[in-house]
Amino acid sequence: MELSKLPGYLLGRLVKAAIVILAIVVCNFFLIHAAPGDPASIIAGQSGAADARFLEQLRAQFGLDQPLYVQLWIYLKGVLTLDLGFSHRQQVAVASLLWDRLPATLLLTGAAFVFALSVGVAMGALAALRVGTWGDSIITVLALTFYATPLFWVGLMLVLLFSVTLEWLPSFGMASVGVDLHGIDVVLDVAKHLLLPALTLGLFYVAVYARLSRATMLEVADQDFVKTARAKGVPEGRILRRHILRNALLPIITFAGIQAGQLIGGSILVETVFAWPGIGRLAFEALLARDYQVLMGVFFCTSVMVVLFNLITDLLYAVVDPRVEVSA
Amino acid sequence: MKDFWRNFSRNRGAVVGLVVLLAVLILAVLAPVLYPGSPWDMAGMPFAPPGEDGMLLGTDSLGRDVAAGIAHGARVSLLVGAVSTVAALAIGVSLGAIAGYLGGIADDLVMRFTEFFQTIPSFVLAILLVAIFTPSIASIVFAIAVVSWPPVARVVRAEFLSLRSREFVQASEVLGKSRLSIVIGDILPNALSPIVVLSSLMVASAILLESALSFLGLGDPNMMSWGFLIGSGRSVIRMAWWMSVFPGVAIFLTVLSLNLVGEGLSDALNPRLARNRGGKP
Repeated sequence: MELSKLPGYLLGRLVKAAIVILAIVVCNFFLIHAAPGDPASIIAGQSGAADARFLEQLRAQFGLDQPLYVQLWIYLKGVLTLDLGFSHRQQVAVASLLWDRLPATLLLTGAAFVFALSVGVAMGALAALRVGTWGDSIITVLALTFYATPLFWVGLMLVLLFSVTLEWLPSFGMASVGVDLHGIDVVLDVAKHLLLPALTLGLFYVAVYARLSRATMLEVADQDFVKTARAKGVPEGRILRRHILRNALLPIITFAGIQAGQLIGGSILVETVFAWPGIGRLAFEALLARDYQVLMGVFFCTSVMVVLFNLITDLLYAVVDPRVEVSA
Repeated sequence: MKDFWRNFSRNRGAVVGLVVLLAVLILAVLAPVLYPGSPWDMAGMPFAPPGEDGMLLGTDSLGRDVAAGIAHGARVSLLVGAVSTVAALAIGVSLGAIAGYLGGIADDLVMRFTEFFQTIPSFVLAILLVAIFTPSIASIVFAIAVVSWPPVARVVRAEFLSLRSREFVQASEVLGKSRLSIVIGDILPNALSPIVVLSSLMVASAILLESALSFLGLGDPNMMSWGFLIGSGRSVIRMAWWMSVFPGVAIFLTVLSLNLVGEGLSDALNPRLARNRGGKP
């Protein structure tokens, strides 16, 4: 697209993202009120057992005796100043809990995404080059298998194979406990812990991206500009890289954006299986403790992550492909 | 009907899927006969490996029969899968019909709403919903329905958009039929085949979602389910692999068979598409 139109496009996307985030905050607010029981006890993270004076204090703080729209306003104001509430179970602000756990989740989802994208596209390209051979059918079988396998079970089976039986890789945590490591050893240690969780989270998407890139590559390979390139005598390898793959990547980028929410949802299961100290594990701990403020914080935070990710893919798409129409 | 069956059975995978699915269904129906008594009761010594102590698939940490758990769990998985799909269809079909038939502002609003639900991390929302409304079959079905209707709304909208300007619909309009009877009587029957194909895939993903929720401890506390079995086997996987392996195989087979049946249905209902179905993502 023309660079002069970029700011308008960007602004439109930002407004859209802001609306989604606002809607999520409102959604959280109404969930507190839709839940059976006293909203104050939900905010406190306890049902029925909280002390009466404490609940009274919460009611005053959140204006629970005032009309609903006043309460909504108080709640919105809180979230907009990044005050996501207070975890009375852990005696910490929810925002700081999330902030502490964010890097681990970003590392896990990022690693899984890169793994899935690179292996998936490579497999898809291979299948597209050899349509109808056994390599092609393997991808179909893999995709069917991973569509039908629960993510957490894949994780457990990998633990069973690589940690319990073969004893090659650690099965939980992000770093070895009780050893003093420095420099490159720390990185290697984390990488070793990251391998199984990232593999678990990524395998499903390897299948998804492989199928998708196979389909789009076959579609692109049929188009006129590829025939033209071939007629001009461009070498096959160059046609594949410069003409087919580059164009086939675009729908994959879009699709990755759409699936960001699923990837992050999946990380809750994977982090639970591997005790990976990220936001997903935090959600699981909050579930066990019935700490609803933290759960809502997780919902808010993961939604913001998805919206930001979508924003990045939109932008990437518009910059990479000049044909994209500017409509915000 | 004969044509339908011929097209369906041309897809060998779909026939295998149907057989497996029927087997799971029979297991679910016969569970109280095969394993009378509660699956929560102690049946043998704790941690008996498969085949020992008369337990086909071993026992768990409290001596409960894993095979009995899987049989009774099949009832919950299939029930939740079916009921939540019906609920999601109800939401998706109505919203999609409104958007596609009315068009204009209604279409815009419904599609923005659908997009919102497709953007947010749906699994996190499902967890939040079940946790807040306390885990029970009803809250699980509700949560799964809330997060799985958007694809239905999209498909139904697209079908309605293309059907509403067709001649038979115009004929009904000229005859003075009410909008509701046109939507239900004329358009919906013609939009049925993609909905049927989609719903078999939705049952599959609903079963996966239910198992993930109960794995996290959000299952109905009174109902044995496959996800719960895997969740309880997780911490003792080093000494009792069978506790988490077999229920996972049960989920895998059921979901795989539903996906295969879905492909078969798609072939049977759209024979034209089946022949050139290259690589649908």
